[in-house]
Amino acid sequence: MIAPVTLGLIIFYFYPFFRVIIDSFHNIGAFDKDMGFVGLQNYQTMVKDKEMWRALGNTFKYVAIIVPLSLLFALLIAVLLNAKVKALSFFRVVYFLPAITMSVAVSMVWRWIYNGDFGILNGLMTAIGLEPRLWLSDKATALICISTVSIWTNVGYYMIILLAGIQGISKGYYEAAEIDGATGLQKFVKITLPLLTPTIFYVVIMLIISTFQIFSEIYMMIDVKAPAIKFTQSVVMHFYRSAFSYSKKGYASAIAVLLFVIIMLLTVFQMKMQKKWVNYD
Amino acid sequence: MKTKKLKISRIFIYVILIGGVLIAVFPFLWMILTSLKTNAETMTIPPTILPKKIRFDGYVTVLTKLPFLKIYANTIISSVVTVIAQLVFCAMAGYAYARIDFPFKNILFTATLAVLMVPGTFFILPQYRIINKLGLLNTIYALFLPNLFSAMGTFLLRQFFMSLPQELEDAAYIDGCNRGKAFIKIMLPLVKPGLVSLGILTFRFAWNDLMWPMIVNTSTDKMTLSASLSFMQGQYVTDFPSIMAGALMAAVPMIVLFAIFQKQFIEGVAHTGIKG
Repeated sequence: MIAPVTLGLIIFYFYPFFRVIIDSFHNIGAFDKDMGFVGLQNYQTMVKDKEMWRALGNTFKYVAIIVPLSLLFALLIAVLLNAKVKALSFFRVVYFLPAITMSVAVSMVWRWIYNGDFGILNGLMTAIGLEPRLWLSDKATALICISTVSIWTNVGYYMIILLAGIQGISKGYYEAAEIDGATGLQKFVKITLPLLTPTIFYVVIMLIISTFQIFSEIYMMIDVKAPAIKFTQSVVMHFYRSAFSYSKKGYASAIAVLLFVIIMLLTVFQMKMQKKWVNYD
Repeated sequence: MKTKKLKISRIFIYVILIGGVLIAVFPFLWMILTSLKTNAETMTIPPTILPKKIRFDGYVTVLTKLPFLKIYANTIISSVVTVIAQLVFCAMAGYAYARIDFPFKNILFTATLAVLMVPGTFFILPQYRIINKLGLLNTIYALFLPNLFSAMGTFLLRQFFMSLPQELEDAAYIDGCNRGKAFIKIMLPLVKPGLVSLGILTFRFAWNDLMWPMIVNTSTDKMTLSASLSFMQGQYVTDFPSIMAGALMAAVPMIVLFAIFQKQFIEGVAHTGIKG
């Protein structure tokens, strides 16, 4: 019964796993032509590659912006929806809508909203007496604008997971707290938050892993040849360009290895940290 | 006094929630409105909100300049095949890992878990090379082949099978079921929430994915929606009505599906948090 999955995993995952590691020590050019073993050369190139360092810095910025804000807004909305609001299912559906919409389509409409010449955002800025901006080419705003789009899609998705977590908390705790005269805020801090930590932990891990691989939003919103690519491109974007625009697949393999190692370290770090704050009883 | 305070906080909750709704909905609205304008109208300053005159030029461009129906079909076929294959394969493997003893079980399971830890991007280059060696670039098979097998799905369904009591299965054997029949008739229906979760996660992924379909299939009639939209955006840079029409047409099927299977979608996603 395990044969199909196991066979498929061996061909398309186990073998590629080792292949990427081996390839990262080879010089591989256009049409996958292997030009031989080069030792650590790809890794040495990586250390000297300014674009790589910038991409890494950008990626950490994406994680630092997107992960906490997605979590915060998702939690806020989940808590509000849990407060016996009317039309709960209407709100749930509407908030979930961005999460099920094709991210490429989402990026396209946001790119249009941000458009420096005719975008509605600048229309709004002008209408309230502010200076219009070139949102996606300006170093000060481009990365934040892309992060906003990602947050916009994340919130509804993780809100659903958090709301399910909140609803899973036994009503008994709240009833006991009410008898003791606890306020709404006290109930949230003392009951909801601690008992929700396993779900929050799961959400944080998922957010970090997905944000670290951010690609399609950047690819769709920033032209590869635009100067803005420097301060917006992520590690995965740099990987993609190295492999498919510059045909340096050995080098791209080395980037993939780095990406894997970083995500692994972040996950292990999270797992270690969870003992400090996640409540499993 | 207390009820008044309560009322104000209620109003406050609704203000935030409705504000959130506006932010969630506006881009969709803007997509629709832009797609119905003429190209000239999209380039006026300040921008008009409602189209002066409803035009379908954008839709005409998309449908005539791109093999859009073919692209729809490619995306639907590749997503549906991926979902079905994953459900079948992962249910079988998940059940076996949960309930059957076989040689090398622990090693194989650990290896499967290890795949789960690796970011998807990591595998792409060798996967591309395998597809190329098989002569499958620019075919519909290239779109879904590596995605038919899922470590995540196997793990997820194993968790669901593990949570079922052994007695259920034993009772089925006493009633004369063999393993295959017990699996199909008794166990599978009981893990339906897991199957729904996996199906939705997989469908959402297959429908959305950009990098893989973009690199394996480069001829326009073999592309998926997301890849062809990125291609289109490059071709019709300032033709905003067409770009928005394309984006909208790509987004609509998933929204319709969501409208129909709302409950399953939301429960499916909620479950991933509980079981994961």
